[in-house]
Amino acid sequence: MTKKRELIELDDVVIRFSGDSGDGMQLTGTLFSNTAALLGNDIATFPDYPAEIRAPQGTVGGVSGFQVHIGHSDIRTPGDLADVLVAMNPAALKANARWLKPGATIIYDRDNFTPKNIQKAGYKEDPIAEDRLQDFNIIPAPITSLTKEALKDMNLDMKTVLRSKNMFALGMIYWLFNRPLKYTEEFFQQKFKRKPEVVEANEKVLKAGYYYAETIEALHSTYVVKPAEIEKGVYRNINGNTATAWGLIAAAERAGLQLFVGSYPITPATGILEELALRKDLGVITVQAEDEIAGITTSIGASFAGLMAATTTSGPGLALKSEALGLAVITELPLVVVNVQRGGPSTGLPTKTEQSDLMQVLWGRNGESPVAVVAASTPANCFYYAFEAGRLALEHMTPVVLMTDGFLANGSEPFKIPDMEKMPEIKPPIVPEGTEDYMPYKRDPETLVRGWAIPGTPGLEHRIGGLEKDKNTGNVSYDPANHEEMTHIRAEKVAKIVEDIPEQKIEGEQEGDLLLVGWGSTYGHLVSAMEELAAEGKKVGLAHFNYINPLPANTDEVLGKFKKILVCELNLGQFANYLRMNYPKYEYHKLNKIQGLPFTVAEIKDEAKKLLEE
Amino acid sequence: MSTEENKVVYTPKDFKSDQEVRWCPGCGDHAILSSVQRTMAQLGIRREKYAVISGIGCSSRFPYYMATYGFHGIHGRAAAISTGVKTANPDLSVWTITGDGDALAIGGNHLIHAVRRNVDINLLLFNNRIYGLTKGQYSPTSVKGQVTKTSPYGTVEPPFNPGELVIGAKGKFFARTIDGDIKLSVEVFTEAAKHEGTSVVEILQNCVIYNNGAYADITNREHKEDRQIVLRDGEPMIFGKNRDKGLVLDGMQLKVVKIGENGITEKDILVHDSKVNNPGLHMMLVNMKWPSHPVALGVIRNVAAPTYDTAVHVQIEKIKEQSPIKNMTDLLHSGNTWVVK
Ligand SMILES: Cc1ncc(C[n+]2csc(CCOP(=O)(O)OP(=O)(O)O)c2C)c(N)n1
Ligand code: SF4
Ligand SMILES: [Mg+2]
Repeated sequence: MTKKRELIELDDVVIRFSGDSGDGMQLTGTLFSNTAALLGNDIATFPDYPAEIRAPQGTVGGVSGFQVHIGHSDIRTPGDLADVLVAMNPAALKANARWLKPGATIIYDRDNFTPKNIQKAGYKEDPIAEDRLQDFNIIPAPITSLTKEALKDMNLDMKTVLRSKNMFALGMIYWLFNRPLKYTEEFFQQKFKRKPEVVEANEKVLKAGYYYAETIEALHSTYVVKPAEIEKGVYRNINGNTATAWGLIAAAERAGLQLFVGSYPITPATGILEELALRKDLGVITVQAEDEIAGITTSIGASFAGLMAATTTSGPGLALKSEALGLAVITELPLVVVNVQRGGPSTGLPTKTEQSDLMQVLWGRNGESPVAVVAASTPANCFYYAFEAGRLALEHMTPVVLMTDGFLANGSEPFKIPDMEKMPEIKPPIVPEGTEDYMPYKRDPETLVRGWAIPGTPGLEHRIGGLEKDKNTGNVSYDPANHEEMTHIRAEKVAKIVEDIPEQKIEGEQEGDLLLVGWGSTYGHLVSAMEELAAEGKKVGLAHFNYINPLPANTDEVLGKFKKILVCELNLGQFANYLRMNYPKYEYHKLNKIQGLPFTVAEIKDEAKKLLEE
Repeated sequence: MSTEENKVVYTPKDFKSDQEVRWCPGCGDHAILSSVQRTMAQLGIRREKYAVISGIGCSSRFPYYMATYGFHGIHGRAAAISTGVKTANPDLSVWTITGDGDALAIGGNHLIHAVRRNVDINLLLFNNRIYGLTKGQYSPTSVKGQVTKTSPYGTVEPPFNPGELVIGAKGKFFARTIDGDIKLSVEVFTEAAKHEGTSVVEILQNCVIYNNGAYADITNREHKEDRQIVLRDGEPMIFGKNRDKGLVLDGMQLKVVKIGENGITEKDILVHDSKVNNPGLHMMLVNMKWPSHPVALGVIRNVAAPTYDTAVHVQIEKIKEQSPIKNMTDLLHSGNTWVVK
């Protein structure tokens, strides 16, 4: 059917779909990513959208974007700069012009580049010239009018017609990258089972875009990106929020407990609650509570009652949970708290990513109130760190905070499906019926973990609560020496988790001139920067932390192996300060960014090179 | 308990913990503790099935004195913690202990939502119209003009009536009792326990230290029969030392009448029905105040409705049956996957 032109093989390509927040760019990007993943490409995605559901149309502030990086080799980031931009209006071009590779392909909806829209976006009259894009591969496509044309016989209202123009753009991109339409068509058939006219309209427009791309002369060549050479196995595409939800369910399964999640919706954490609410088939109890305080306190109640309990939120919600988190600390009940960070303070930048809640998580409570903290570093490994948070909470009888962020939550990548049999079995210290002389705060002398006596068990009736407890009997105690001892015990119990977590790895050079240090979602960008620097002959290593409290046992040793240390994080230096507090003998250089955006690999390399040359 | 084997015989002592009770001598909480212990001993529920959950306040120390499972929470959150316990394990008999500050100020949001959801808990609201534990500040139930440490010139804000709030939040069970009336308290607590759903019992509780005599006008021996009315299903709303006063509807108002006067006979007196869904009359009854009316005690509203915790588990069982996903492995392999060889 198609007369193919020159076929060019690419190692990787970055595509950015961009339009008004009502243009369906998130769906378009997701559908493209899913197709790429199913064809075996490695992928990384970065949805970037405004906080408003329908932000002011046609303005730069209202632009919603979805960037996807697909490749034949290991893909670690959504890419700094795009090879292809789809711009549904002038504002989308304006917002993204500076994030393009030189000579990139720009496909834009010519019909929307009216003088009025051009000015609304902040241009005078000629966007291409004003942004100096003349040398780029510019494809002005009449997307709106051809969408209307494709649907003219269908008798649809104009709103429905316009809503499907994103499929025209997607069709063009599918042609450009030699992708089958099959998976996307299947998606529509599934999603709109009861609305055959919607299925038909979307398929028609998708094909119209595909054939249009084929016909026009502007596209000289098409591209293939071969399947990635990645580890053998069964894969699926997954985003960070779903991976987090599934990791929690997996932990409950390996512990043989029902999962209870009390939560209150908040961007960007809501997806976890939504996913868990679907999983009644696996026995998950979700309570959409009246507020975040009820979210955590219902979960504490469920934990007291003997279930695996978790609560999910973002920074503002964590602030509301802080008093109750202290209650979980003093009652020594297992609880996972997921904090999907976003830009702060206050409501801040709800839909943008940031790592600025570290200090809040570590210390944002009254009293000496230690919690264990772990951080996921890729969308897919949210699964493993959610599982790990569950394991540590249940086996060490402590609240554990899992930190992710907006970038991980919404970003997706291929996930090698684990063998559940090989996931560790989780063994909470449940006190068996018939235990003589049970006392609630009696502990394992090695781990300092107390036993978990579940209401309903005859003979283990006991009372716990927020008042200080006698270290043996668990009765309320105001004894000064007892309080001091209990304070130390609680701290030591969490510190002892260090014996139950892996040592810190160094990637790249094992010793040398510069150690890049990061934690959480910056992993992809940091490891890419490290590898590129290594390829240029630099003696650089990367220590990327997933265990934040306690820090791995060999942290001091790791930091000591390099001449310089550069701590890179999306805040003003919280992890650097934390390391300095724990290991004051080193000098910590900092690379900080606080724009609601991830690092670019180039930014990290530039800073690293500057330090290497000093 | 269904089987013979499970039949248990308890005495109130079986529900006393070994902890020394630390409320002030003369505090109404002592009597309430004893009423709860008596109730639990005769409900036929095994001791290990009870979970007593509280917030913060004098009243919230309650769980420490009970030989059951107990949890002393944080201020205001008793209803939310209880919701978690009961939803996690509907097999437990959950008793929520809370004060007027705990339930109606800092915890107002959790209270109304527990009531709205109809979580199957028994919530005992110790209403002493004062903040006891923090030593005497006014509460959301303090009467207007009440002089306390934080209202030295009298409060200027109107109080909540807990019953009105609970019924307004779609409450299905509301009862009222008095701390010192152990017989009535046991009767009312037993009904609360039997009711499936959120059973709120307001207990008029005397704080001898910071609000002594808050209810003296209706509880003193001399006048109490004339100033209280105990409502019981199927019985006419008659009260008074000489059982000669009753309640009738006069238009849209409740009115006190004298039997034998103006041709009024017992037949004219309203008969109590806690089971009618329409909250209209119940609302009027909870709002009755002395001196215009007697204060209503007993089970005022007791309407059957589905409970939250049961609904949650029924839904889970239904979806479990329908879904092809039976475990984590099924979920991981569901939807679009691909194989890398
Ligand atoms: C977050 C928080 N705010 C304030 C307090 C202080 N506080 C403890 S109890 C209480 C009021 C208690 O009044 P009530 O609930 O009526 O209980 P009572 O002592 O009268 O039984 C207050 C304000 C607290 N413990 N925690
Ligand atoms: S202060 Fe009042 S409420 Fe508290 S224990 Fe004493 S008498 Fe009871
Ligand atoms: Mg009070």
